[in-house]
Amino acid sequence: MSAITRDEVAHLARLSRLALADDELDHFAAQLDQIVGAVARVSEVAADDIPPSSHALPLTNVFRPDDVRPGLTPEGALSGAPAVEDDRFRVPRILGEEE
Amino acid sequence: MSLIRKTAAELGALVASREVTAVEVTQAHLDRIAEVDGRVNAFLHVDAEAALAQARAVDERIAAGEKLGPLAGVPVAHKDVFTTTDMPTTAGSKILEGWRPPYDATVTRRLREAGLVILGKTNLDEFAMGSSTENSAYGVTHNPWDLSRIPGGSSGGSSAAVSAYEAPLSTGTDTGGSIRQPAAVTGIVGMKPTYGGSSRYGLIAFASSLDTPGPFARNVLDAALLHEAFSGHDPLDSTSIDAPVPPVVEAARQADVAGMRVGVVKEFGGEGYQPGVLARFNEAVELLESLGAKVVEVSCPTFSYALPAYYLIAPSECSSNLARFDAMRYGLRVGDDGTRSAEEVMALTRAAGFGPEVKRRIMLGTYALSSGYYDAYYGQAQKVRTLIMRDFEAAFQQVDVLVSPTTPTTAFPIGERADDPMAMYLADLCTIPTNLAGNAAISVPCGLADEDGLPVGLQVMAPVLADDRCYRVGAAVEKAFESRWGGPLLSRAPAL
Repeated sequence: MSAITRDEVAHLARLSRLALADDELDHFAAQLDQIVGAVARVSEVAADDIPPSSHALPLTNVFRPDDVRPGLTPEGALSGAPAVEDDRFRVPRILGEEE
Repeated sequence: MSLIRKTAAELGALVASREVTAVEVTQAHLDRIAEVDGRVNAFLHVDAEAALAQARAVDERIAAGEKLGPLAGVPVAHKDVFTTTDMPTTAGSKILEGWRPPYDATVTRRLREAGLVILGKTNLDEFAMGSSTENSAYGVTHNPWDLSRIPGGSSGGSSAAVSAYEAPLSTGTDTGGSIRQPAAVTGIVGMKPTYGGSSRYGLIAFASSLDTPGPFARNVLDAALLHEAFSGHDPLDSTSIDAPVPPVVEAARQADVAGMRVGVVKEFGGEGYQPGVLARFNEAVELLESLGAKVVEVSCPTFSYALPAYYLIAPSECSSNLARFDAMRYGLRVGDDGTRSAEEVMALTRAAGFGPEVKRRIMLGTYALSSGYYDAYYGQAQKVRTLIMRDFEAAFQQVDVLVSPTTPTTAFPIGERADDPMAMYLADLCTIPTNLAGNAAISVPCGLADEDGLPVGLQVMAPVLADDRCYRVGAAVEKAFESRWGGPLLSRAPAL
């Protein structure tokens, strides 16, 4: 297995939407490398014929009655919003200047 | 005896018979919090006025002749991952500082309906990720047995509150041991119910296939009463089991193991285990034998792969769950100066709002789920999960319950493992298999380790939906030990 490099951590941080500082990249690279090295032991057991389990309970397609019931009010839904405008979430621009 | 030393069952009976008011019970606990929480730091939020108002409402309902449940008027502290409309809910994170949820968790709602009085919200490792409560953004919680040591985690505020007599009952969540490990290291009882037996609705998600709400108490019967009060099918949680709650209270009262088959897990012991922990565990096994249980050794060979499998599955689920903290709809927003894009604001906010352990796990999960690594890591971990479930199935064909130490060591000093993730993860070595398989397990006190005089926990694991067996064995052990010790283990804790 490949070791976790500083560049790899920078890539993971981008995918995870975490704006990490340079010193954090070095620190996490060493720690993640150690953790990944330890958890790679899972490859020692469980051959190809073992089915994966995503969940402990054998539940599929759980439904409840499609009844109308009270939901959040606009005030409730917006109560924790960092910024609000006209009963909507106000967010920073999503598209770039040139788009 | 002062009100704070009484059991929850006793307090409920006193309030129901109107010998004591719920207001008096609540005030006694608020006074205790004021006296000791400056040193323990179990609570993130206490609302004395709101608690007293709830208590007054219970007293009025009882005075009006209303028949309430056995815990009406009994105070409870909630781990700060359960949403509460009348109190902030932070998950121990800066990213949710001051957030007031617009709805109650099912656990919160059911305990309100049962007449329990919410004292406040307890500290935890950020988003329930940790084994020491040192990962909280709001300071560390101290173990009431020795303030220089950790109270366990992630539900360390809840374990400390109950062991410091600040609350008779508290709630926690157990994803890899986060109820059982803190209970063990603070000398109290903590139960992880069968997955799906208690609702996750309104519980801030860490790893959805593992997260399980459960109770803390100072004795087995109280834990069973709280377990029963918030459990049962919830249509708002699609993984909730549509089956009756196992007869946990009856089992706690039964407290009899005669004829039960008890399996000692061979793989849990030896290197890495503190000698004093193993000595107390072996005594507990001998005690079970003397009470009429048939004890055999059982091998679960894949349990030694549970820890690595867990540290792939839980971070993978966490990396997905915590994507919701996007700085757009609720919680912290940083760097929105009108020039930055939503994506830049998101990345700045998450970097500022999450602590190091949460960042580590998000990136570890992102790595394990990446194309090219998925099969080797996440896929392989899911296969190990199947093998662990098979080990449990085979074991439960031979025995009714399995036992092990709850943790390999007693409470370690604050700071000792804070920047050594792998050392920290070992605290959950014995508790993780149960989370991966979804079955039930309890931790009950089994004595003090000779080396450091700190509490040791006995873990009792039972099959899915056989939660009552945990309480039956736990109560039998508790009864026998208390008669040997001349009282509960906690009565030997140094005064705060």
